[in-house]
Amino acid sequence: MLRVTTPLHDDVIDKLRAGDEAAISGVVYTARDQAHRRLVEALTRGEEVPFNLEGQVIYYAGPAPAKPGCVIGSAGPTTSSRMDVFTPLLLAHGLKGMIGKGRRSEEVKKAIKKHKAVYFATVGGAGALLSKFVKGFKVIAYEDLGPEAVFELEVEDFPAVVAIDALGNDIYEEAIRKWGRPAKNE
Amino acid sequence: MREISTREVTQAVKRLCIGANSSLRGDILNALQEALRVEESPAGRKVLEWLVENARIAKEEGVPICQDCGMVTVLLQLGQGVRIVGGDLREAIDQGVREGYREGYLRKSVVEDPCFSRRNTGDNTPAIIYTEVVPGDGLKIIVVPKGAGSDNSSALKMLNPTDGILEVKAFVLETVKKAGADSCPPLVIGVGVGGSFDSVGLLSKKALLRPLGMANPDARIAQLEKEIFGEVNGLGIGPAGFGGRVTTLSVSIETSPTHMASLPVAVNLGCHALRSAEAVL
Repeated sequence: MLRVTTPLHDDVIDKLRAGDEAAISGVVYTARDQAHRRLVEALTRGEEVPFNLEGQVIYYAGPAPAKPGCVIGSAGPTTSSRMDVFTPLLLAHGLKGMIGKGRRSEEVKKAIKKHKAVYFATVGGAGALLSKFVKGFKVIAYEDLGPEAVFELEVEDFPAVVAIDALGNDIYEEAIRKWGRPAKNE
Repeated sequence: MREISTREVTQAVKRLCIGANSSLRGDILNALQEALRVEESPAGRKVLEWLVENARIAKEEGVPICQDCGMVTVLLQLGQGVRIVGGDLREAIDQGVREGYREGYLRKSVVEDPCFSRRNTGDNTPAIIYTEVVPGDGLKIIVVPKGAGSDNSSALKMLNPTDGILEVKAFVLETVKKAGADSCPPLVIGVGVGGSFDSVGLLSKKALLRPLGMANPDARIAQLEKEIFGEVNGLGIGPAGFGGRVTTLSVSIETSPTHMASLPVAVNLGCHALRSAEAVL
């Protein structure tokens, strides 16, 4: 288990290898489909974005509402691949980490290698459990998007696995190589 | 005629929305525990342990199992001898969804105007409603909130009638492979075969409602379910896609008569947090 603190620096990213378990602490920003579209549109127009991307980590998530007395509602990851078309530009602007679930495109992998970044996966459908690692929560931007707004989360030892490292190693490919067996009819 | 008030419908839908989202189906929880006995991959085992723990927290604290509390499908089996009184049935159902999602602190994920504004409706309505009229004087309400992660990877294909079961199998396998980790494996796979382009999708959703571990009563279909189950679990995708022996918890196939020129197949991927709850009024 590697303890990782945000924002991420190159020396930490160099140590992370696909398959490593990580415990992430510090600030992460939620952003999903519509927030990505807006971030990329702003960057393309040369405008400021609502948070400084340098070294930061985006969590692909849209939390459930908090019950009274709770920091946040269930808060697991959404499918990362929907953000693939937007990701290379964000990485070019300094984003260093992403947390989500599922595979990424070849373009994203190339950009991860080029900009020395890291993609963490966590477990989808475990939002009640994952919410326990969130200690702070506030809206940063795009409040009109409801659950799709950008939220700043303060996380402590948030559990994840390095899914794609800065060398381009990918646990999802490794999983199939290691555990797959040929079908009978093939 | 027996009268059922829209108020009763609203109360039932509300209760079912909250219940389905915070209490994992018993058959799925059992299947996850059974999967822990089978899974050899350390990463896969860890995921399964998390999921069992997650289900415990959700139930104890009354919070959603997954933050994607889905768009709600409501399947109604309306007895011929029932008269709905006290207002509009659709509005009664949507009111139940509205109250359930607000009072249950469930995420509202429905947007209107899909092509343009995509503005969140703010109360998770409207529900998708299918009504079947059946003999009797009861009303069965089945609430199925389904998340987009698994729904986005589901697929439908119109096969040729002479393709046969090998092509059906190949299509299921292809769909699961393409989905990979995106649909939150281990999956519950519902397959519809037959009917028409529109009806086969609903049939595949009904297949997801069959209790896990219960085979199709037709031995030939049961055999097909078993074969697909084995082959999917040979893919190696594993829990959360981290690799392992358990990629699916169950494969259920439902069939329906079809046109002589058609062989529609729908593969409805359910995640490990597949949710449904039902009540009879």
